[in-house]
Amino acid sequence: MSRRSPLQESKAVKWLLIGVAFLYIALILLLPLGTVFYEALRGGVATWMEAVTESNARSAITLTLLVAAIAVPLNVAFGLAAAWAITKHDFRFKPLLLTLIDLPFSVSPVVSGLIYVLLFGAQGWFGSTLQDRGIEIIFAVPGIVLATIFVTFPFVARELIPLMTEQGKSDEEAALSLGASGWQTFWHVTLPNIRWGLLYGVLLANARAMGEFGAVSVVSGHIRGETNTMPLHIEVLYNEYNFAAAFAVASLLAVLALVTLVLKSILEWRHRGAIAARGH
Amino acid sequence: MSIRVEEVSKRFSTYPALAGVSLEIVDGEFVALLGPSGSGKTTLLRIIAGLDFPDSGVIRFGDRDVTDDPAAKRGIGFVFQHYALFGHMSVARNIAFGLDILPRRARPARAEIEARVDELLKLVQLEGYGERYPAQLSGGQRQRVALARALARNPRFLLLDEPFGALDTKVRRELRDALRIIHDEIGLTSIFVTHDHEEAFALADRVAILNAGRIEQFAAPAEILERPASPFVTSFVA
Repeated sequence: MSRRSPLQESKAVKWLLIGVAFLYIALILLLPLGTVFYEALRGGVATWMEAVTESNARSAITLTLLVAAIAVPLNVAFGLAAAWAITKHDFRFKPLLLTLIDLPFSVSPVVSGLIYVLLFGAQGWFGSTLQDRGIEIIFAVPGIVLATIFVTFPFVARELIPLMTEQGKSDEEAALSLGASGWQTFWHVTLPNIRWGLLYGVLLANARAMGEFGAVSVVSGHIRGETNTMPLHIEVLYNEYNFAAAFAVASLLAVLALVTLVLKSILEWRHRGAIAARGH
Repeated sequence: MSIRVEEVSKRFSTYPALAGVSLEIVDGEFVALLGPSGSGKTTLLRIIAGLDFPDSGVIRFGDRDVTDDPAAKRGIGFVFQHYALFGHMSVARNIAFGLDILPRRARPARAEIEARVDELLKLVQLEGYGERYPAQLSGGQRQRVALARALARNPRFLLLDEPFGALDTKVRRELRDALRIIHDEIGLTSIFVTHDHEEAFALADRVAILNAGRIEQFAAPAEILERPASPFVTSFVA
């Protein structure tokens, strides 16, 4: 062992702090998560399988994956564009754009959902116009996608902006001075520089997109087999006292979230050399 | 090719960075832009490079007005104070970058690019370092790679922004000598920015001394020492 560092507390304090941290995580995070899996599998694997393969559950799973598959790529494109604009260029209204990007973080998800009901609902601003043309947004999949995009859009941009600010503009300027076009600079220089931050932003946005309850709940209409996402389906089952099925679907949702976390850890581990070589 | 800077002004939100600067650099010359921080020397270099654009004034390369041309179209090589090497690319790919990104019809064959990379590695005395990554090199080596990369496309001018600023004295001297030798070998019109007057006088054919966005004197080192044009020059080179 090396000698004590000047910042280090005594052994007892150190272990006490580590112990408290672990205990806290165990009580607040692991215990509830464990309960979900315990309750989900208490009735046996057959019951679990039945709950997640039943037709309403299958449609909820499909819808959740579909919504994430639309919302996440759109927010990656938007997040990249916004972060690029904010960190590599100077323009007026930059602070305003930054504030707007943060809006979904400060607005309650329920309000986010209501905004779309007020705009596109039957009594909303564009409601009658849409109805005349037979376009359904509220109580249909487009509304759910819109609400999900709204609540997840800061994740990628917020992950990238500090990273790209820290990296500065000189790599891009070097590429330009070597004759690269804007697109070549982005593709060969900027993107490789930010890939880890981007990946992390994508995972966070994806986890939130699959798990969002409030905003989606307002616009969905809770039509079974049609507009229920996994979180909404879980609530319906729970309200019907169908605990075994509710926990089964909940455990599957938790697994989806854990898969993204594990994926991130694997990627970080496999590319640890490259990450270390970059120096951050 | 010569560079003409005509009445160039540039203002950053509150203060003028350049207040009507004119300068003529002849073909093959090695020029230093010397001045204290905030004197506008880096801004002037970046405007010549096309990395910044003037509020008024004209930049000419030869007879051509390039004032509105972007950096990518100016045919320059630029060396940054902190190297700006691409960390995810090997030394060889860094040096080849300017060639690798050329459109297919203009791009040299693979073997030609590799030969050019080897030639440049030899020029900057880094033979055999092609497969390394920037993070595995010392500061001096990185700046040599940056120099090789800037030369890869045979630029018309070489522009260097405080190229030795981040290096220690010994490495600084070695690299300074190497740069002078390379300049004399290729005969490339070169401009470098520095705040160190000894460095400027040791290296440059002519030195432009900037203060508060204006050129105080532009002359050969000996003449500046003999006949300083203003009290500022006298005190700055003392």
